[in-house]
Amino acid sequence: MSQPQQPLLKLEGVKKYYPIKGGILQRVQGYVKAVENVSLEVFEGESIGIVGESGCGKSTLGRTILGLEKATDGKIFFKNQEISNLPEKKRKTFKKEMQMIFQDPYASLDPRQRIGAALEEVFVIHTKMTKAEREERVLQLLKEVGLKEEHYDRYPHEFSGGQRQRIGIARAIALNPSLVICDEAVSALDVSVQAQIIKLLKDIQEKHRLTYLFISHDLGVVRHFCNRVLVMYLGSTVELAPSHELYANPLHPYTKALLSAIPRPKPGVKKERIRLEGDLPNPANPPKGCPFHTRCPIATERCKQERPEWKEVAPNHYVACHEVQ
Amino acid sequence: METGAVAKTDGTPVLVRKKKEKMYVTTLKRLLKNKLAVVGLIIIIIQILMAIFAPWIATHDPVKQNLAESELPIFSDGHWLGTDNYGRDMWSRIVYGARVSLVVGIVSVSLGLAGGVLLGLLAGYYKKLDGLIMRIVDLLFAFPGILLAMLIIAILGTGLVNVAIAISIWSIPTCARIVRGSVLSIKNREYILAMKALGASNARIIFKHILPNCLAPIIVFATMRMATAILSTASLSYLGLGAQPPTPEWGAMIAAGQDFMWTSPHMTVVPGIAIMLVVFAFNVVGDGLRDALDPNMDLNN
Repeated sequence: MSQPQQPLLKLEGVKKYYPIKGGILQRVQGYVKAVENVSLEVFEGESIGIVGESGCGKSTLGRTILGLEKATDGKIFFKNQEISNLPEKKRKTFKKEMQMIFQDPYASLDPRQRIGAALEEVFVIHTKMTKAEREERVLQLLKEVGLKEEHYDRYPHEFSGGQRQRIGIARAIALNPSLVICDEAVSALDVSVQAQIIKLLKDIQEKHRLTYLFISHDLGVVRHFCNRVLVMYLGSTVELAPSHELYANPLHPYTKALLSAIPRPKPGVKKERIRLEGDLPNPANPPKGCPFHTRCPIATERCKQERPEWKEVAPNHYVACHEVQ
Repeated sequence: METGAVAKTDGTPVLVRKKKEKMYVTTLKRLLKNKLAVVGLIIIIIQILMAIFAPWIATHDPVKQNLAESELPIFSDGHWLGTDNYGRDMWSRIVYGARVSLVVGIVSVSLGLAGGVLLGLLAGYYKKLDGLIMRIVDLLFAFPGILLAMLIIAILGTGLVNVAIAISIWSIPTCARIVRGSVLSIKNREYILAMKALGASNARIIFKHILPNCLAPIIVFATMRMATAILSTASLSYLGLGAQPPTPEWGAMIAAGQDFMWTSPHMTVVPGIAIMLVVFAFNVVGDGLRDALDPNMDLNN
């Protein structure tokens, strides 16, 4: 994939800390560091996978980009304009350009609203279309995501999981955004339905030249779907590489451990499973130095003291580890 | 599944209309399965009919005195519920009393709802307002209900209008708490987050997505509150703070009748039964509605 010069989305040292309040006076006693110093460039038309175990901050990162959470520090640029410091009112135009597909398609639809009305609402908020125009556009959208006209007047509970996710997709692409953040968009679905939804996402991407930020814990799906993969651990970025490269040649010990955990459907082939000892450290009190050193099989003294730098070790292959040269 | 078949043969317009009714129809159907609620509903409908058609249903003028026919017992000629100490027809007074208690109940509950729902929505949605609003609500809660109402009447003066205002103010804190609780649970649902991600305004989220989703507890509260409001109107009138004579009000009728307990017990018993039946009816219907509106049952059938 040829990459244009200007990134569509650019993150510079984005941080998101949640204050922990306690005591009688509700004073801030510390912070949960959900996202720690993430820098990333996303180019138009690509799909970036963000992977990591639960609690590593991947969803928070997605929400921070969308502006659902305010970044504690760092800058977010979208189409060369900084959006992280925009007041809520000016953000509306950017909200049109960035949309999100949620994990649980049932929970993300208002149970008391008909599907037609839910989709039309997007146009009510952002455009001045008439009722007839909206209706026509919604019917068109339903068709595009593989639903039928008669679904227009149904309630969310009348749909299956896969159909609901199609509605979620229809809502996300309704305003022709350029960036869609898929937050575990297929994780709640059956494997067979997953495949259909992924195919739909790919078709839509080709048609509208969409850029995806695909947040997932399913490495198999990410490999299939994304051009580049970003691995996160405890709020920090650990490794970023084109997917074929990452899967063939993982450099960071955490990525290696993650990849070794993918089940392989070949019973004969013996593979080495790297097991990580211990639990994920508390993000309110992350270890000093490299956040991964407590569980890392190759950690040295240096890892306990110094935070590894984010460096490019091969073209387009970034790693944060002292032991990788 | 019948609706689907209709849609296929007749086209979508039929489907639209069919579906629009669905929620109310299912709730009503479930309510009608509850026998006690049906009894309550019948009593409420009778009261409403009595209130609307009072001039036609009543056999006499409710305030016209006729001392020649005073204290007639039940089932007397021309006065099937007897007469009171001034010879006024009890049946006519009960019928007009239904009008008074229904109107006061509806007015006070709707005023209370308007205030309580608004405060509850604001407190639940905006974290900054929460502390302030809920402390004011706590303050109102600190007074026992009927005392608070008496306090307000002491300030505003006696009369039915002031009773309605007093009861509505007294309804606000409970309602605000109920609504705030539902808002707090709904506001963190993913579909609210999804609406924010789409760029919906706070007003749109509050009134189009949060309010419809916490309507069920509000409806139940309103029905139950009708019972309390009617009972409180009667209590306050009994104490002489509400309806003033000669207004036919059930509570006031009991108060007037208690001096004649031994000679004409029907003067207290009849309005007492009227109050009891109506309060019972609203409570039972409220209970039935709570079951019928249960969101889990509502969505998964």
